[in-house]
Amino acid sequence: MKKLMIAASCALAMFAGGAHAEGRDLRIAFDVPYEPFEYKDENGNLTGFEVDLAAAMCEEMKANCEFVIQAWDGMIPGLIARKFDLIMSSMSITPERAERVLFSEPYYNTPGGWFGPDNFSADVTDMDAMKGKTVGVQRGTTMDTFVTEEMTGIVTIKRYTTADDMVLDLEGQRLDAVFVDYPVGEQTVLSKDGFKEVGEPVKLGEGVGVAMRKRDKKVAEEVNAALRKLKEDGTYDAIMKKYFAYDVKV
Amino acid sequence: MPPDFIAAWLNKNEIFTAMTIMEYWDGLVTTVQLVFLCLIIGLVFAVPLAILRTVKNPFVSGPVWLYTYLFRGTPLLIQLYIIYYGVAQIPGIQDTFWWEIFREPFYPALLAFTLNTCAYTTEIIRGAIISTPHGEIEAAKAYGMNWFMRMRRIVLPSAARRAVQAYSNEVIFMLHSSAIASVVTIVDLTGAARNIYSRFYAPFDAFIFVALCYMVLTFILVFAFRKLENHLLRHQRPVGS
Repeated sequence: MKKLMIAASCALAMFAGGAHAEGRDLRIAFDVPYEPFEYKDENGNLTGFEVDLAAAMCEEMKANCEFVIQAWDGMIPGLIARKFDLIMSSMSITPERAERVLFSEPYYNTPGGWFGPDNFSADVTDMDAMKGKTVGVQRGTTMDTFVTEEMTGIVTIKRYTTADDMVLDLEGQRLDAVFVDYPVGEQTVLSKDGFKEVGEPVKLGEGVGVAMRKRDKKVAEEVNAALRKLKEDGTYDAIMKKYFAYDVKV
Repeated sequence: MPPDFIAAWLNKNEIFTAMTIMEYWDGLVTTVQLVFLCLIIGLVFAVPLAILRTVKNPFVSGPVWLYTYLFRGTPLLIQLYIIYYGVAQIPGIQDTFWWEIFREPFYPALLAFTLNTCAYTTEIIRGAIISTPHGEIEAAKAYGMNWFMRMRRIVLPSAARRAVQAYSNEVIFMLHSSAIASVVTIVDLTGAARNIYSRFYAPFDAFIFVALCYMVLTFILVFAFRKLENHLLRHQRPVGS
């Protein structure tokens, strides 16, 4: 019995020692594809803005990182079940998610973009010019909140569950313009002929943060410190320029 | 001005403010308009269609059969999608006067709901017509009534009595089906609940309240139909009651 206990404690000490020798082991989950944030390139390698940022962050933290692919539906359950330790998959910081996970400081925030047909000429910030127009938003998004607060009574607001339905109505001329997450609009609206950006992008909401288990407060401190460092020393800007033509830094 | 205890209760919660109550009210008005209009129009068309459906000539009854089969054989949600999104994809529709009607989501939804309820109502009335006792028709013939007069005096009044119970179900189903109008951006009762839910992340408060609204509407319908049945079927009551 005594021998067994010694053996067990030795094994424990070795295990613990091994884990601490070269910094922390971290598994980071992504939901692919979500271009340009995380996707596989033609050789099958995981790449994208968040993947590059995660790699830089791991280097800064001197952690041993492993990248894991996880479908969106199982993200938070998988994190809580310890299948992985961090989520860096464009998870916006919201109060209801913050009930279940611990968020780092935001590391990016995509603006909301105004998109409309080529013949749209009004200034979207000029409330007189926008009067009577019909604007589409996705229900419950930060863009919805913005339009509801700033433009209720001036424009007719149509709320959609999916971006696809909204773009169909924009094409069908039921909407004069849509106000949608910029990368989504870039892919769904701008990829079609006859549509353009009709206003300056607007930054809304808190942004996207790294999600962790609530009890991992120590990890959160390290993640925040590393992200802050990357934002200051220019690494962040270099990665951002690789993927975006516009500013997503927060 | 609401009584003090309601005002106090309203002040304590953040979901049922005067503003959201107004949203629910607007939604209620939209739901009632939509359901009432589609039921009335559907019923008006269903009566002649049901008569045509009972005609022996297959070139007359066949198209009506096909129509009711198509609209009873496909989900209302799909019909709504086809009419709302499909019409907007027709090339050049935006330049015609039809677009004035189909641009707003209300009319495509009204059209889809009307076609759907009309198909069901047609079959309900047809069932009531063909179950007319032969004796009644033979007696009417013996009196020398022609086809038109038989329909007007004998078949349709007795069919209406037999159809009213099944039709009251159709009315209630239509009220509940109208909830899908919210998928094409109509802010009906359900649309109001979805907007308020997404604003406050409070699914229970938003949806239980709207469920209660539907229950009140259903209660009113059930009550009205019971009165109507009592009126139409009073000859069946035992003597002296």
